[in-house]
Amino acid sequence: MKQNEQEAITLQDFTAGLWKENPVFVMMLGLCPVLAVTNTVENALGMGIATLFVLVCSNALVSALRHFIPKQVRITTYIVIIATFVTLVDYIIQAISLDLYNKLGAFIQLIVVNCLILGRAEAFASKNGFGRSVISATGMGLGFTLALIMLGGVRELLGAGQLLGYPVFSDQFEPWVIMILPPGGFIVLGCWLLLINYVKQRRSTLAMTQNAAASHCTVPQQH
Amino acid sequence: MNAESLSYIFLSAFLINNFVLAMFLGLCPFVGVSAKRDTAFNMSLATAFVMFISSLCAYGINLILTTYHLEFLRLISYIAIIASAVQLVEMILKKFSPTLFRALGIFLPLITTNCAILGVALFQTARQYDFFQSIAFSLGAGAGFALAIMLMAGLREKLELSKLPNITQAAALSMMLAGILSMTFMGFAGLGGQI
Repeated sequence: MKQNEQEAITLQDFTAGLWKENPVFVMMLGLCPVLAVTNTVENALGMGIATLFVLVCSNALVSALRHFIPKQVRITTYIVIIATFVTLVDYIIQAISLDLYNKLGAFIQLIVVNCLILGRAEAFASKNGFGRSVISATGMGLGFTLALIMLGGVRELLGAGQLLGYPVFSDQFEPWVIMILPPGGFIVLGCWLLLINYVKQRRSTLAMTQNAAASHCTVPQQH
Repeated sequence: MNAESLSYIFLSAFLINNFVLAMFLGLCPFVGVSAKRDTAFNMSLATAFVMFISSLCAYGINLILTTYHLEFLRLISYIAIIASAVQLVEMILKKFSPTLFRALGIFLPLITTNCAILGVALFQTARQYDFFQSIAFSLGAGAGFALAIMLMAGLREKLELSKLPNITQAAALSMMLAGILSMTFMGFAGLGGQI
């Protein structure tokens, strides 16, 4: 019975992390890798998948052990669990692609201090069942990857004139070098946030005017 | 300038490769605690202190780990060191300045997950700095973090007084400001180039 209740809300858990509670654009968590490694789509994708893996595995373990971890030392326990999976990812990436490993550098190990992972472990996985935690973590991780790719895409397109290494524009295109450099990261994220704020506000004002119009129409009919 | 010299390492961490504005480390407190100048100042002092302590300890631990070929434990031991250093700062503050302790609130334990601190420990290991170089590096990084967060807090206090369009709410405008700050910091590259 309890299992059924948990299963019933999983779809919402999954989609919440993707967009509505997107870790980067809405909650502003884990910004360091978001800005540091998104100068190309390839790096962004590598970082996103590494974070997704650590997030899902650590949340699963935290959730499975949640009745055995004493409350006083829970943060330390979570950090040790996360650090273990990050060390694992560090060696896996080194084995699969040394090229990517060199590009991401210390930022793979810095996944440990990504506030998103510890935040989800503390706020969600420590209170919910195994299945729900894994689903939610997958949603969050995919949302994080999506945000990384959105930033990396814009930065690589404008900064180097190519996507995933393939040239997009003709030879006359002059790359905006600033986009690959550090300031570009801040500015592109700022622009995305402005755009998202604008769309949200437009949508809420539209809904409000529609509501007002609807109530305006119905009131005379009642009289 | 010699790339190995202490003054170069300090300047490089402080200005040229500023931890916040050029390497994107420690962005959470940079966005979260930069609303008021005095909180920002206290926060950066606490962070710089933790950075210094944990950098020293990380140097010692790394010596032990490399002697016994236990490099895979590096990440876990660094994190443990940082967590204990934060606990230390918390106890000191609670004892000597309860007002400051209350003002910093939740952000104090969150120093543990400040990537700038783990970043200092990891970079000094990767670049194989010796003892004095590690000290110069951690001091420079702490000063650079303080400088960036103070500049940002000053800007944001001024912004409170100006009229802004609605869509710039939340962190959108902070990010644009950080971008401009970061662009100005690129000017310091003339001091010695990237490492």
